[in-house]
Amino acid sequence: MNRIIPLFLPLLLLLAQSAHARLEIEITGGEEGALPIAVVPFAYEGAGAPPQDLAAIIAADLKRSGRFAPRAAESLPERPREGREVNFPAWRNAGIDNVVVGRIQQQAGRYLVQFQLLDTLRGTQQAGYSIPAGSGQLRSVAHQISDIIYERLTGERGAFNTHVAYVMTDQLADGKRQYRLAIADADGYNEQIILTSGQPLMSPAWSPDGSRLAYVSFEEGRSAVYVQQVRSGQREKVASFEGINSAPAWSPDGQKLALTLSRDGNPEIYILSVDDRRLTQVTRHYAIDTEPAWAPDGRSLVFTSDRGGRPQIYRVEIGSTGTIGRPQRITFEGTYNARAAFSADGKYLAMVHGSGGAFRIGLLELASGNLRVLTDTRLDESPSFAPNGSMIIYATEVGGRGVLQVVSVNGGARQRLGLVRGDVREPSWSPFILE
Amino acid sequence: MKRYQLTLGLLACAGVLLQGCTAPGETRPDEGSAVVEERSVGPGGEGAAREGEGAQAGSAQMGRGAALHPLEDPESPLSRRVIYFEFDSSEVSAADRALVTAHAQFLSQHPEVSVVVEGHADERGSREYNLALGERRAKGVERLLNLQGTGKEQMQVISFGEERPVALGHDEQAWGLNRRVELLYSGY
Repeated sequence: MNRIIPLFLPLLLLLAQSAHARLEIEITGGEEGALPIAVVPFAYEGAGAPPQDLAAIIAADLKRSGRFAPRAAESLPERPREGREVNFPAWRNAGIDNVVVGRIQQQAGRYLVQFQLLDTLRGTQQAGYSIPAGSGQLRSVAHQISDIIYERLTGERGAFNTHVAYVMTDQLADGKRQYRLAIADADGYNEQIILTSGQPLMSPAWSPDGSRLAYVSFEEGRSAVYVQQVRSGQREKVASFEGINSAPAWSPDGQKLALTLSRDGNPEIYILSVDDRRLTQVTRHYAIDTEPAWAPDGRSLVFTSDRGGRPQIYRVEIGSTGTIGRPQRITFEGTYNARAAFSADGKYLAMVHGSGGAFRIGLLELASGNLRVLTDTRLDESPSFAPNGSMIIYATEVGGRGVLQVVSVNGGARQRLGLVRGDVREPSWSPFILE
Repeated sequence: MKRYQLTLGLLACAGVLLQGCTAPGETRPDEGSAVVEERSVGPGGEGAAREGEGAQAGSAQMGRGAALHPLEDPESPLSRRVIYFEFDSSEVSAADRALVTAHAQFLSQHPEVSVVVEGHADERGSREYNLALGERRAKGVERLLNLQGTGKEQMQVISFGEERPVALGHDEQAWGLNRRVELLYSGY
């Protein structure tokens, strides 16, 4: 019954620079019907102090999702180290149906993490794994454990062991502004700066395999689109036409970028083949057309256009032979709808929804056309779905500062990632990390 | 008709400006002709100024003299180089059209001078849309300059969208200052 399956870590991101976590995290709210769960502090078998509090990381992950209500470590009826030590009736009496136990063993400078997820009602193990890790990988191991628990109990794949890219700005002592493109774990830890510039950086977008980021940089005094390998830091400029070069969005196959160019005098959507740099024009209209996003099946794009007078979202079919359909407007509620992002299942669009002078994150269900406002701040922008579609990260302003917020798609749970100094914005949630 | 008069007025004005002459200022009587009124050379412009303005005109003549370059003259309409916009609009207001005209006059008479027309937006709404909006504002100003004689080769349009605010607040006052097109003369 106490079966433990070995699990091997995928390669971790190797980044050019590393830095301390600078994002401060604040979790507020929770959903109705969140599932009570206990994550017992992991036992440590080794020299010195435990290298990481894995149970705390796992509990924070689960709480952040809004689907779980982890019990405080102090209020647990007992602290078993493994499944066979668990007194199931004691947990049932405490109203806790699910218990996570685990231990960290130090082995020749490395660690072996074992954990089990137990169902206290049935007295059975629902999952058990043994995961070897280096000391720098323990947070990632905790997120993997969170993913396993989440998937086992909700039936959906977890997205805790993923990353977020974002742009930070702050004012230097000499008054100059500094722009930094960073990547961190989805919980805001392990921040790593991958580009620093004295000129604006914008619109980071992950390639579907998580290996590359496309973004806009003004480092040459005007906008240009770059693609950077996340691991090596190697990068190349892929679009620097006359006018604006902006809003890169990867096609689901990772071969093409949809982007906005005003090379012919007006912002239009184009598709750029990344390898041979071939351009296909998608829109032709004197209005502003920008912010393309691919449907997950690659057969259509949505984009922002003010061809109707105000920015709204339009959809255009892309045929397999490259034929371009006629754009159809798909948002009708509110005076301003822009910067749409698709959920991975293609059923929802998150967008900047302006109404009554406030700009909030709206969620449009494509099948029904129903739009639901998920946020209550007033300067929201840049929504990006977690790869499992359960949460949306976006940028907003709180207390005069640019911060990132995460909201669960079902509403309720919120978390805020803020900087001690300066502003943070333009979050982009990574895809699932591929092994 | 109104614009025609306005242009004539500015033509006269620009000629004076190029000699380094400054006219006394006056508050705007109405939007459409504000800048023309402000800078035109009327009876008051010769020094017989209204109360409280004579000293200002005199010191300008003594202090700066006729050799002052119009782009360096703080009294010149060319010293104003920012055009402001309404939210999600790229329409140049009637008052600012006169300002653009003053720059067009100068640029058409100085084909060796080039200018960067830099468009910006406030922080509301989405960033990439705002980048496009900043460009549309700048292109609108570029078009006005071009229609009034500025050579296309003299102008370069760049948009920074909402990425380079001049006011860092999150209220209408800051937004109003950030929705702008700046005319940037190299060296001035």
